Amino acid sequence: MVLFASLLYVLPSFHIDVWPHKKINLGLDLQGGMHLVLEVESEKAVESTIERMGNDLRRELKTNHIKFANLKRSAFQLHLDVIGTESIDRFNKILDDDFQEFRIVSRKQDNEQLSIVLDLPDSEVEEIKKKAADQALETIRNRIDEFGVSEPDIRRQGSRRILVQLPGVKDPGRAKDLIGKTALLEFKLVDDQHSVEDALKGKTPLGTEILYEVVENRQTRRISKKPYLVEKRTTLTGEYLTDARVNIDSQYNEPYVSIKFNKKGARLFERITESNVQRRLAIVLDKKIHSAPVIQERISGGEARITGSFTHEEAHDLAIVLRAGALPAPVHILEERTVGPSLGKDSIRKGLVSMIIGGIMVIIFMLVYYKVAGLIADLALALNILLIAAGLAGFQATLTLPGIAGIILTIGMAVDANVLIFERIREEMRVGKSPLAAVDAGYNKATLTILDANVTTLIAAVVLFQFGTGPVKGFAVTLSLGVLASLFTALIVSRQIFDSLLINRQLRSLSI
Amino acid sequence: MQFIQPDINIDFIGKRFVGFAVSGVLILISLLSLLLHGGPRYGIDFAGGTLIQIKFNVPTTVDTMKEALKPVGIIDPSIQQYGEAANNEYLVRADISYKKLEGLSEKVGQALIQAVSDPSETNESSDSSKSLESSETSVPTPTTQTKSQEIEDKDTMQKTLPAEVRRIEMVGPQVGKDLREKALLAMFFALLFITIYISGRFEFKWVMSAVMAGGLMGGVYLIKSVGISMPFLIVFALILAMILFWFLRLQYAMGAIAALIHDVTITVGIFSIFDKEFTLPIIAALLTIIGYSLNDTIIVFDRIRENSRKLTRDTFDLIINKSINETLSRTILTSLTTLIVVLTLFLFGGGIIHDFAFAMIIGVLIGTYSSIFVASPILLLWKMQK
Repeated sequence: MVLFASLLYVLPSFHIDVWPHKKINLGLDLQGGMHLVLEVESEKAVESTIERMGNDLRRELKTNHIKFANLKRSAFQLHLDVIGTESIDRFNKILDDDFQEFRIVSRKQDNEQLSIVLDLPDSEVEEIKKKAADQALETIRNRIDEFGVSEPDIRRQGSRRILVQLPGVKDPGRAKDLIGKTALLEFKLVDDQHSVEDALKGKTPLGTEILYEVVENRQTRRISKKPYLVEKRTTLTGEYLTDARVNIDSQYNEPYVSIKFNKKGARLFERITESNVQRRLAIVLDKKIHSAPVIQERISGGEARITGSFTHEEAHDLAIVLRAGALPAPVHILEERTVGPSLGKDSIRKGLVSMIIGGIMVIIFMLVYYKVAGLIADLALALNILLIAAGLAGFQATLTLPGIAGIILTIGMAVDANVLIFERIREEMRVGKSPLAAVDAGYNKATLTILDANVTTLIAAVVLFQFGTGPVKGFAVTLSLGVLASLFTALIVSRQIFDSLLINRQLRSLSI
Repeated sequence: MQFIQPDINIDFIGKRFVGFAVSGVLILISLLSLLLHGGPRYGIDFAGGTLIQIKFNVPTTVDTMKEALKPVGIIDPSIQQYGEAANNEYLVRADISYKKLEGLSEKVGQALIQAVSDPSETNESSDSSKSLESSETSVPTPTTQTKSQEIEDKDTMQKTLPAEVRRIEMVGPQVGKDLREKALLAMFFALLFITIYISGRFEFKWVMSAVMAGGLMGGVYLIKSVGISMPFLIVFALILAMILFWFLRLQYAMGAIAALIHDVTITVGIFSIFDKEFTLPIIAALLTIIGYSLNDTIIVFDRIRENSRKLTRDTFDLIINKSINETLSRTILTSLTTLIVVLTLFLFGGGIIHDFAFAMIIGVLIGTYSSIFVASPILLLWKMQK
């Protein structure tokens, strides 16, 4: 008895003690922020792996002077014709020795021609997909870390989905660009020997492709595309980067991104610049040309700069994505929810207003209907709300807008238990029992009913917690906490108050 | 103070056919409305699409907004006033699938803001930003380019603030479909678990009901893998459950589940009649109703059980009627306190919570009604057979 009374006094101070240390987390819908669900197009990673292996195979066949034709990739398969008996023999040897990863889907030999279809074993495909998703998660995490969002939440959801939550992000569009950019940096030589005009008419010379530099005039907002004929072969990619930083050009006072290659990259870069002086080297990011400066001289030391009329933010973001590395496969947005900070504040205000109004109305109702007993129920209710708040802070749960609704709902439900008990006590008193006996009987008989009634609500809340995402989960949390807290306050706390009034103070009558 | 006198004695059981008729009509209207509307009206959570909540600081019209959205590729958006007219706040909805959607939400916001902002001021600011930007010819990719444009415009906004995008929600069709399935499954499981609990607690048939529920759950998953559409599957499973309850004589579970299906169907039906949208919070409300509307039912059931032990000489329908009357006061009081808070939520909780509170209000009312007129009289069905 004394123990409980003391516990009653200890509990609140305990919470106040806890509160400053662990603040209640506000959900994205209350503090503003962005919630994204991304899907990694992991098939693309498989396709590019197969494409790359196809290129390796092509090179190998060429160096061994094997006659082949129609080497092309469709989806996850490589198709290829090998011509001539001798070529076929040597091809078979190369396939067995150097390309053991390939699985032979079908081979058809017609006289002197072998038609073969290759792909990768399923386990290998799965492995690539898994790695792509893992790597995408890691890359996105790095990018966001460098972007500087406080307390981001980035996690896997299923095999290929990534959940990104950025509380309080100010510029959602910029954050989305930063996250979603594949950021595949490539250096390609510009083909100056053939005219771009011819190529545009469909006569693209072998081994070249047309890429565009897109220029938008800021005043007129007209977009103009400038085509370049570049070699398909990529001389160097962003995977050799060790660093990327924003610098300000002293001459034009304009930001640019300086990049630094690792040793291998620096050697490659040196070799490329050495053997291609006076040619143009296109800097290609995600299949779009950023700039194509003329190589003036051999560049050693492995440093280069990417210019373009960047704003400072763009240069900053570009440096981040280059440092964090390219995504292994493109990602796209499956779900996006962005809440502005002002709406969040509005929601909190409205939530608090309805909580206070609802609370006061329930408190008044209980006082009027049950008088002193109602006061006890109101005390229990106040403790109940305190317990929910403490529970939220203690479990580090997130308070969302539906969560506030859940608290308000439990205000209404919490007194239900007291109503059940009080009605029972009234019933017992009508039979002629003394207040003490009536209270005792009332609690005893109502307890099971109250438990049963609350368990069903709890079941629904737990199922909801399993099903729900973000805000709805917050509702399930506060509802469950509310149900548990109201069980405690109604069955134990209010009982203690009754007992102390009736036993210790020897009250003869009960105002109920 | 007392609303309902302790010696009240209303012949609920005698009037049970009136209750059944009322319920039957309500359910029929609900189903009819659902049928006419072609199923529930899904919000973007379940249907996929884009929703933008935007607040203008200058008055604007829906037509201006529609005009502004055309160039972005949204031909027929649904635009709705949000809150009071003086707020100039609107909800813009478009059901574009995600492939075309990347970056769309920003563009839409941008187009709307541009539509109401004073053109001279916009020019001024882009002029001033021009002086900061150099006019070099090599320019970044188009995405970054538009982005920089937006950043400039946002700077402009901070000065003039013609409008503010307060909320963007975009859900891809696949996610919507997943959520729809998950929501249905969640409701189904909640129903199932609750009925296990009821038949366990009231009839001590834990094992039997658990085995049955396990069978149903397994069956649902098995048939689901075959690829039958979820709604039919759940309806089928529920009907099967009712039949099983009937033959296994799990009368309390039967009463509870019938009352719950009754409550949810009518709530969904009323939503359909008012042409309100189904969103995630509404599912939360429905699940809460499933949990909460049973409170009253349990109070009555408890009393029925208690009385049938005490009053062995009375007939079962008399016991039920007596139990309902004895608990009537608390049934109504508990619902009343909950109704008070749900009503304040409805009135003061703001737009996002509004529909949630509406669903709860219906649920609490119907739940109270059904515990008296649906759940308890169903217990009598077995007696009548004899």
